[in-house]
Formats: sequence, C-alpha cells, structure tokens
Amino acid sequence: MKPLGRPRRAAFVWTMTAGLAVMAGMFVVSLVYGAADIPFRDVWQALFSREVNDQILIIREIRLPREIAAMVVGAALAAAGAIMQGMTRNPLADPGLLGITAGANLALAVGFAFFPALGYFGMTVAGSIGAALGMLLVLGIGTSRRDGWSPLRLVLAGSAVSFFLYALAEAIGIAFKVSKDVSMWTAGGIMGTTWRQLAVIVPIVAAGLIAAMLYARQLTVLSLSEEVAAGLGQRTAIVKAALSVVVILLAGVSVALVGNMAFIGLMVPHIARALVGTDYRRVLPMAAVAGASLLLLADTLARTIGKPYEVPTAAIISVLGIPFFLFIARRGGQRS
Amino acid sequence: MIAKDLVRKQRRWLIGLLGLIAVTAVVSMGLGYASLSFDRLIPTLLGQGTFKEEFVLLKIRLPRIAITLLAGMALALSGAILQGITRNELADPGIIGINSGAGVAVTLYYIFFPIDAGVFIYLVPVVAFIGALAAAILIWLAAYRRGSGLHPLRLVLIGAGSSIALSGLMIVLISSVDRFKVDFIAKWLAGSIWGADWPFVLALLPWLVALVPFVLLRAHRLNLLELGEPEAIGLGVPLTRERVWLLLAAVALAAAAVSVTGGIAFVGLMAPHIAKRLVGPRHQLSIPIAILIGGWLLLVADTIGRNAADPDGIAAGTMAALIGAPYFLYLLMRK
Repeated sequence: MKPLGRPRRAAFVWTMTAGLAVMAGMFVVSLVYGAADIPFRDVWQALFSREVNDQILIIREIRLPREIAAMVVGAALAAAGAIMQGMTRNPLADPGLLGITAGANLALAVGFAFFPALGYFGMTVAGSIGAALGMLLVLGIGTSRRDGWSPLRLVLAGSAVSFFLYALAEAIGIAFKVSKDVSMWTAGGIMGTTWRQLAVIVPIVAAGLIAAMLYARQLTVLSLSEEVAAGLGQRTAIVKAALSVVVILLAGVSVALVGNMAFIGLMVPHIARALVGTDYRRVLPMAAVAGASLLLLADTLARTIGKPYEVPTAAIISVLGIPFFLFIARRGGQRS
Repeated sequence: MIAKDLVRKQRRWLIGLLGLIAVTAVVSMGLGYASLSFDRLIPTLLGQGTFKEEFVLLKIRLPRIAITLLAGMALALSGAILQGITRNELADPGIIGINSGAGVAVTLYYIFFPIDAGVFIYLVPVVAFIGALAAAILIWLAAYRRGSGLHPLRLVLIGAGSSIALSGLMIVLISSVDRFKVDFIAKWLAGSIWGADWPFVLALLPWLVALVPFVLLRAHRLNLLELGEPEAIGLGVPLTRERVWLLLAAVALAAAAVSVTGGIAFVGLMAPHIAKRLVGPRHQLSIPIAILIGGWLLLVADTIGRNAADPDGIAAGTMAALIGAPYFLYLLMRK
C-alpha cells in the first residue's frame, strides 16, 4: 500500500486534532450540564484536586463514570460499525440492525432466567456471547446464497432475526418473570454506570480498538473488493474472522453495558469517511472520536431536554438516525 | 376461466378452515385464567350459566376471540394487497412501518388529548388510520424513483428502517410524559390485544364489511398488477389510480386492526403466502383463504400466548413474531 502523501497527512492530522478538541469540549459540556448545572470551577476541582463538596461528589461519583461510559461506548459502536461496513461493503451495516443488539438482549434474558447468580462480569460475557450468536445468525442467513453479502438481504435478515430474538427474549422474560430485570439492564442506557463497570468495559474496548487498528490496512483492501484483497495475497477468511471477533467484542460489551443503541454504528462511519476519505487507518480513529462525541452530545441532550427526568439516550439517537438511514438507503438503493 | 376443480379445491379449503376456526374458538373459550369447563359452554351461551360463567364468557373471552379473529383477517387482507401491488412477497403491514406510523399517532393522541372514555374508543382507530397513512405515504415517496418506479425490495428496506426509527420516536415521546403511559405504549407495541371489548369489535367490523368486497371486486386487477407494470398498463389497468385505491384499503385495514390490537407483524406476511400455496396465485381464490388463515393464525397465537404464562400471558404480537419471523427468514433464503 502506498504511503500516505504529505499534504493529505497534514490535513488528516488537523481534522483529527479538531475532532479530539470537539470531543474534549463535549466532555466538559456534558459534565457541566444536567439535572443540576454545576459551575465549571467545581468540575475543574473535581477532576484535578482532592477537595470534596456536594457538587464535586456529583461529578466524581455520577457524572464522570457516566460520561466516560458514553465516550467508550460511542467509540466502540462507531468503530464496530465502520469495520462491519468495510468488511461487508454494505453502507447500511450497523450492530443494531444486524442482530447483535437483539442477540445480546436474548442472552441477558436467558442469563437472568436460568443463571441469576452470574453477577456483573458474567452478564457482560453472556451479552457478548449472545451478540456473537445474533450476528452469526444474520450473516449466515444473509449470505446463504451464492451472490454474497447483498446489502439489502443482510438488512432484511437482520430485521427479521431481531424481531424473532426480541420476541423470544420477551417470552422468556414474561414466563420466568425476569422481564423487569432485563429491561432495567438494557433500557437504563448509560445511566448509573459505576467505576466497577468501567473497569470491566474499558480494557475490552481498548483492546478491541487496538486490534482494529492493527487490521486497518487489510480492512481498507477488503473494503475495495474481495477479489482485490485475495489478489494482493490477503488471506481473506482469516482477516474476516479476526475482524468479526473485534466487532463482536466492541459491540457486545457496548450492548451489554447500555442496551440498544442502533444507528450510531450506522451514522458515524459515514461522517468519518466524509471527513477523512476511505482509508480505514484514518476512518477508524476518526469514527471512534466522532462516535464518542456524538454519544456525549446525545446523552447530554437526554439529561437536559426534560430535566429532571431523562429521555432514553437510545431514543434520541434513533430520532437522529431516521433521516440519515433514509438518505443512505436511497443512495445505496440507487447503486444496487 | 378458472378451472372447475381449482374452484372446488378452494371451496373445500374454505369449509375446512371455517371448521378449524370454529374448533379453535371453542378451545379458546374454554381455556384461560378463570376456569370455565367445556361442558358449561353451551348452557352459558344459552343464558343458563352462573353469573361468573356468563361474565367470563360473554364479557371477556368472546369479545377477545372476535377481536383477534377480525384483526387477523384484516391484517391478512392488508398483507395480500401490499404483496400484490408491490410485487413483493416480503411485504407486511408490520414490517414495512405502517404499524409504527399508527403507533406514533396513537401515542401523540394519547399524550396530548384528554381521554374521554366515550369518544376515545372510536377516535383511536381514526387517529391510527391517519398515522398509518402518513407513514405509508412517506415510505412510498422515499422508495419511489422516477424512471425505475417502485423497487419492491427497497420499499421493504426503507420500511424496516423507518419502523425501527419510529419506535424510537415513540419512546422519546412517551418517556417525556409519565410512567403509567409508558407501560401502555410498551404493551401496545408488543401487540397485547388491549381493546378486547364489544365496542372495539364494532370499531373494527365496519372496515372489514366495507373493504373485503371492495378488494374482492378488484381481485382481477390485482392479478394484473402482480404481473408487472408494463403488462398491467398494456392490459388497460389505470396503474396509479388502482394502486392508490388498493394502498388506501390496505392501510385502512392494517390501521383498523393495529389500533385495537397493538403492533402485530408477520400475520399479514404469512397468511397470503400459505393461501397461495394452497389454491394458487389467483387473488379471487386466494384472498378469501388468506383472510380465514389470518384470523385463525392470530386466534391461535393469542390463545397460546394468553395461557402460556400467568397472569398476563405473552402478547399475541410476540407469539405472532415467534411463529412468523422464521417463516420470513425461510422466504428470504429461498428467494
């Protein structure tokens, strides 16, 4: 692969810096605004001093873990979406649309119904396994025909599999009286994230993102076409398997933490590609940063629109996602 | 001309299905949370039961059975029309977003207008109808392309996406109000036959009485539309006008059903398919069969769901998805 040209590299560095600045700005904004608006000075002290007062405690114990979770999950979902879009060459790929969310949801229902003693870490693992199974089911059905990963077919299979898995989860939930636990887990979103949860999630997402960057070059080639990748000596089966594992890790733990967050993984990679081009060595970090910023923004909106009550973050994301999905679907439909 | 033995075959299926529905309805009458033994059914119907027996049968079970039957029939007919005019065997009022459109409208109405017990029942179907129609028009416009016309798969795709997004919108709307109403909408979305009372039967019945003959009269044109646009035009079908009328009928039926039962998908997908398998693709023959199959499917789904778990049971919409989604996937893989 050609080394990146100097002027374009400079442009990328600038875009990336701007993205990081936006993310940092959003982070501060999200700490300041909420059910209780907290002056910037207290936010500063909460982060960089050992002083304690009510405001500082709100920041340290409630808002800080929550907003860190928003960043981590946003980055993970956006990167997972970017990988899926590149790997399947499908502009509509998204963890929420491809059965991952529904699979995790079902696994949580099964976990609560049959293994109530799993604990936090166990439930996260169960959610990830469910996510993996859901995705494999959709990919298996969507690609069962010889003409490969047709974008439309994949989305349709995803929608039907999701319908089915949700219905199954609901039936289990009602039959074993655990639907409240499941919906508390998944509908809570980022609300009430604790430092202990972050200690489980952050290392997994970090590992996933690093692994994704290691495969970014192969992903770029793969996103052109399967034949080109094979022609350039890539062992596509191995690369695809590795990338799938990364997607399952990233999306699985995100969904296990925050429940359904459709559309982040769909929208953000498109924004990232519009900003930095189609080289996944650039798209992936840009998508991660943009995803983190977007989820911070959505979460801040969720906490402030109807305060002191919260609107589910997932709902805000889906409303933002409608026009975007329609736009992409129209464009994608034109090509196919 | 339609071959005589085909017509005879269809008659046999019609009678068979009617019998099947009758048996299922009787079973459904005798099963439920409150006990009512089968040998007491006929005396109770004839007015010789105890107060409790009469109450359970006449006020709870019978209206529910009537509603599920009628709603299933309406959904099946709606699905048959949609599959015909989009020439897409994957079309279903639930999957292509009509349900969610109705849902958003009902949610808005439920939040912003005072609920007056007398009028509420009759206005909900009207509101749902408007919402469903708006969603259908939006999806149609988004999927329509000048030149190539209406790409069937694109229609389903855009419908599926819109349906997810509209559900999100519904949650935003409702969560800004209060907890009790969230429960109502959540149950509504799951398709738990919420309007199981005689007035709702009256709200649903006129749509079917008016629209079944309307569609059956147009069955022949539906056959032609399914052949393809050039063929239909060549055979003298006023394309746009027919499509608009039939689409309106489909939306009205789905909206009427969904407004009393809540979000139920897949019944409208399965019933027309099974019907075509049984009696062939002619709409004159397949539509009556599809209607009966739809009613029966939803009745079975609700009877199982109602008795599968205590005390609330599993929503009929959930049961329908459990049965219908694998069928959808099977169709998707085969095509």
